[in-house]
Amino acid sequence: MAAMIELKDVSKSFTLHNQGSAVIPVMEGASLTVAPGECIALTGASGAGKSTLMRVIYGNYLAASGQVLVGGLDVAQAEPRQILALRRETLGYVSQFLRVVPRVPTLEVVADPLLAIGCERQVALEKAAALLARLNIPEHLWGLSPTTFSGGEQQRVNIARGFAHDYPAMLLDEPTASLDVQNRETVLSLIEEAKARGAAIVGIFHDVGARDRVCDREVNVSDFTPGVLV
Amino acid sequence: MTPLLQVKGIEKRYGTRIGCTGVGFDLYPGEVMGIVGESGSGKSTLLNCLAGHLEPDAGQVIFDTRANGPVDTLTMSEPERRMLGRTDWAFVHQHARDGLRMSVSAGGNIGERLMAVGDRHYGDIRDKAIDWLGRVEIDGTRVDDRPTAFSGGMQQRLQIARNLVTGPRLVFMDEPTGGLDVSVQARLLDLLRGLVREMGLSAIIVTHDLAVVRLLADRLMVMKDGHVVESGLTDQVLDDPQHAYTQLLVSSVLQV
Amino acid sequence: MSAYNFAYLDEQTKRMIRRAILKGLAVPGYQVPFASREMPMPYGWGTGGVQVSAATLTPDDTFKVIDQGADDTTNAVSIRKFFEKTAGVATTEETEMATVIQTRHRIPEAKLREDQILVYQVPIPEPLRFLEPRETETRKMHSLEEYGLMHVKLYEDISQHGAISTAYAYPVKVSGRYVMDPSPIPKFDNPKLEMEAIQLFGAGREQRIYAVPPHTRVVSLDFEDYPFEATKANHPCDLCGAEDSYLDEVIMDDAGNRMFVCSDTDYCRSRRKAGHQGRMATEGAA
Repeated sequence: MAAMIELKDVSKSFTLHNQGSAVIPVMEGASLTVAPGECIALTGASGAGKSTLMRVIYGNYLAASGQVLVGGLDVAQAEPRQILALRRETLGYVSQFLRVVPRVPTLEVVADPLLAIGCERQVALEKAAALLARLNIPEHLWGLSPTTFSGGEQQRVNIARGFAHDYPAMLLDEPTASLDVQNRETVLSLIEEAKARGAAIVGIFHDVGARDRVCDREVNVSDFTPGVLV
Repeated sequence: MTPLLQVKGIEKRYGTRIGCTGVGFDLYPGEVMGIVGESGSGKSTLLNCLAGHLEPDAGQVIFDTRANGPVDTLTMSEPERRMLGRTDWAFVHQHARDGLRMSVSAGGNIGERLMAVGDRHYGDIRDKAIDWLGRVEIDGTRVDDRPTAFSGGMQQRLQIARNLVTGPRLVFMDEPTGGLDVSVQARLLDLLRGLVREMGLSAIIVTHDLAVVRLLADRLMVMKDGHVVESGLTDQVLDDPQHAYTQLLVSSVLQV
Repeated sequence: MSAYNFAYLDEQTKRMIRRAILKGLAVPGYQVPFASREMPMPYGWGTGGVQVSAATLTPDDTFKVIDQGADDTTNAVSIRKFFEKTAGVATTEETEMATVIQTRHRIPEAKLREDQILVYQVPIPEPLRFLEPRETETRKMHSLEEYGLMHVKLYEDISQHGAISTAYAYPVKVSGRYVMDPSPIPKFDNPKLEMEAIQLFGAGREQRIYAVPPHTRVVSLDFEDYPFEATKANHPCDLCGAEDSYLDEVIMDDAGNRMFVCSDTDYCRSRRKAGHQGRMATEGAA
């Protein structure tokens, strides 16, 4: 089966123009493939570049060289609108932090990805409500903006939003962090369901139990860390 | 897909000084582009050149018109260009007073564009005005009040209603949230975001506020000294800026 | 005659004004700029109308002046005497007899003929002025036929008063092109703007001349659901009994008694002469 996500010899460096134009290489020769229905875990020490790799795949960081193919589109070369379409239709991202427009009610925040792809409003809201209920966000909070919620609640809203649309490819950055047992179980089920419908997933899991349960393979990003410059 | 707007090689000089130069981009239907840069970077000059308020010294601003497909608006006759300004284009000024008639009621302000394109039924015009007041979250009972009786945030929302009533396809915004309280800004941004999606609007937003573009813009163009120094996906430009100036700009934002 | 050139103005000036008049007639409703001269009367007293009259009169003309319909008010008498003295033309108070009629704020009730010229005194020629103060912008709006703003004014009227409350200087569209201020005539007179006589408008302080040629279509602006109405006081004339003329309301005493009389004094007089009588005819005649 064709890979959903495929990285070929990707490198990434940061040039700090305002600090003497220091060039900091953070990734070299990164290659990996993820097939539909497969979940791989990025491993490596803190700072090894797990989040950087995720961001390169999402198009949030600009790859310095190599190809970043998601659903056939080379994110490293694509036009903004192509990347935006990819993010709308194909590539989901559950980050560790919820970033929303202030004042927008939680239910709308979660339904937003569905509305963005032209889903009927009623259908979108119903699906959003189901996800929020499943993730134990009390119904009386749905009409409020999540900006006032606790960290754990925000994280669950973020997950609900990330799973609202059935993306064929997903990036998960510590989806089970700071969740209690019951909610952790729900999130792992969501991931398993996504895999079952054929989603290709790249995740960062510090939670070893979770990693063992949902991930098929591990990729150690330390392998892509450039040699220390002398 | 045909771009809604194709901008090619725009240059505007003030004597020997450069207003903006070598600016080009394509804007597709439904796209929102932010233009950021500090005061004097040329972003407002560029916006005014694009919107037909200033005549650039060189370049093309090709708009995909409903009737005749892509046409260079700079070579259009003035009546055609002004007609575009009343129908398919809208311009939201930073100061509501520049975009509103302060001595005319809210309803008259919203109705003006309708009457300009030939609406001659008072009842219909008034109904549409009240409907639009609701859409920008102003109570319909204020339809006969003058904008002078409105708060700054309400004036700005009225200006938006006045501009969007004819269902434009391209909206130019010059610092739409400038000078407003932070809480009012958030409400306005949310409103704009909703309208942009609901109406499938394309928009070009000039601002120096990076938070505004992060929330509203799909794409970003960074200007300095009249030149575009960097452009791309909004979050990519803000999170992984490539150009020295963009890095400076992003790192200069105060954290709260 | 006196030491004045015919009709006060020198020949060069009259020629310049005639050119402006001809241009105005060629482009109905368009405001033609002209080099307005100082006249021996203050601005606001008809300097524009007087200059147009001066350029229009010939020695054979018979001249009539009305001020809000009346021949006998200060302004009308002064201007009539001015041209008696400077042009030596015949003058009359009878609409029928006049060949050139200068008017302030009225159109005579009697139907005007092809061989007559009606000259209006205009205070502010720009109908868009109160909505758009910039001359550069109003000129552009005229040239591009952007008249939405005019309807904004009417919209405001209805929203504030429940009806179009503009009662005078009611804007019109001339020959399907230019929106024009018909000078502060009551809107009762608007339908009469489509007439057989030539109509010339002069604004002295604002330095504009415009015109409506005979048989030109003149449409009063309105809304579909609030159509234009030519209104007048709902009374017959208390002197001549006319029910079709524009009336002035006159307060009679401290008790608030009032009478309504034709604002067109010549019309009223000729009707009474023909035997028509209103409610207070005997007192009025006294």
